[in-house]
Amino acid sequence: MLNYDIVVVGGGPAGLAAAIEAKKNGADHIVVIDREYELGGILQQCIHNGFGLHIFKEELTGPEYAERFIDELKEMNIEYKLDTMVLHINKDKQLSVINTVDGFLKIQAKAIILAMGCRERTRGAIAIPGSRPVGVMTAGTAQRFINMEGYMVGKKVVILGSGDIGLIMARRLTLEGAKVMAVAELMPFSSGLTRNIVQCLEDYNIPLLLSHTVIDIKGKERVESVVISKVDENRKPIPGTEIEYECDTLLLSVGLIPENELSKSAGIKLAQVTGGPIVNESMETTVEGIFACGNVVHVHDLVDWVTEESKKAGKNAARFIKKEIKPSKEIVKTIPGEGISYIVPHIIRSVNLEETVDLFMRVKNVYKNAKLVVKADEEIIKEIKKNYMAPGEMEQLKIPSSLFKEKQISEISVVVIKDGE
Amino acid sequence: MDTRELVCIICPIGCRMTVVKDDYVSLGYKVTGNTCNRGEAYAVKEMTNPTRVIPTTVKIKNAQLNRLPVKTNAPVPKGLIFECMNIINKVEVEAPVRLGDIIIENILGTGIDVVATKTMEKI
Repeated sequence: MLNYDIVVVGGGPAGLAAAIEAKKNGADHIVVIDREYELGGILQQCIHNGFGLHIFKEELTGPEYAERFIDELKEMNIEYKLDTMVLHINKDKQLSVINTVDGFLKIQAKAIILAMGCRERTRGAIAIPGSRPVGVMTAGTAQRFINMEGYMVGKKVVILGSGDIGLIMARRLTLEGAKVMAVAELMPFSSGLTRNIVQCLEDYNIPLLLSHTVIDIKGKERVESVVISKVDENRKPIPGTEIEYECDTLLLSVGLIPENELSKSAGIKLAQVTGGPIVNESMETTVEGIFACGNVVHVHDLVDWVTEESKKAGKNAARFIKKEIKPSKEIVKTIPGEGISYIVPHIIRSVNLEETVDLFMRVKNVYKNAKLVVKADEEIIKEIKKNYMAPGEMEQLKIPSSLFKEKQISEISVVVIKDGE
Repeated sequence: MDTRELVCIICPIGCRMTVVKDDYVSLGYKVTGNTCNRGEAYAVKEMTNPTRVIPTTVKIKNAQLNRLPVKTNAPVPKGLIFECMNIINKVEVEAPVRLGDIIIENILGTGIDVVATKTMEKI
């Protein structure tokens, strides 16, 4: 059995930031484990720019953003194991790990930080009917093929789903000479960042078909065409609106699922809406000493926020080892009210708060001229006016810790109130 | 009316801006809805000479993978994007390459360089 103070599972932006911050806060014996041959995670295939505007005040590409953290990790002499898979974690913080150099390893950690990120939803997850030819793949798979391995995935492409990866890939494929016929989106709004709709679709005159979905895939060996249909308000295809698009490739950008098999093996409770662990103010899961951060907790739209959240997890894992995190029975629950789909963290123990607690949340619909209203039990404590809110853009609220000292609170809820209501 | 609704793409906040031609202000356009100065500069540029950074890849030999990510180190005029891609796609480099290394100097005489965005070691 090997012994470490902190084991970080995943060497992407979350794992890197968490490990660095843990070391800065006095944890010494740390190891980062990743299954890839290099650190950096999904950033290595996100070669587009737009990363780091909040953290570094400059616009970096994914690999550049990753390299800053990888360099810092190496300078700090933090250990890492690549090409290594964590097979199992138990609630006593023991990990079963395997690679081709060390073979099978058992590791006992004092604290664990889960930073495994997400997986893409596939054709199976959304059950598109039709035949099963070559040429149907997730947008992220295509991104890796094109940007890292140098394989072009197709010449005439339809993209289903207008999440950021789908939008980015529409531009990328166009730049590399493919014709992107259309991006179809089931919802009446895009779940991607508005800036990506502008610079990836509008710049290249790629049509965005809102309230549309793929209802059939045709082709024997290779995709030959897909059929796109308009959907009604219940997201059911409307007969008579079908249009057949000739194409050789269908990319799917239909959502991400936090990768929590290991969390489940450790007995960690997952939240239903996010699919990620339930976490408290310290980014600690329901198993004491196991922390989680980044997209494994909830899908972020900006890596900058992943870094922020992961620093918090890293710092608190270090504090946990020094026994500075206080267990407490007095908990405040965060409750997503009308118009809000989820809030992270789910639980606040006020004894562990610094000056403020940051609440991250997503709204359920597109709202114009509305406000976010925060209530402590039934009393309104904060109102924030918002010109525009959309499910694709995460909202962030700061609540001063002093609030919890002034009086006993059992829950904090947030609701969306439209103008004039 | 010389008015355009724009979404700022400088950062992921994506401010919704209105740009109105206005000869009385020094920039020639009046911009509203932006939350920082960069938004105003972007809006005016978008009306006069829109530009974009091109992030893409070039072929690389003797590295772990066969593509090296690169970008233009400044935004190039939108109209030149595909011409730039034609040049970039003909280039092949050899590992090792350091982040920031110039891969193509002064592309199309724009004064803008194409630089590596990743360090790739020789294997």
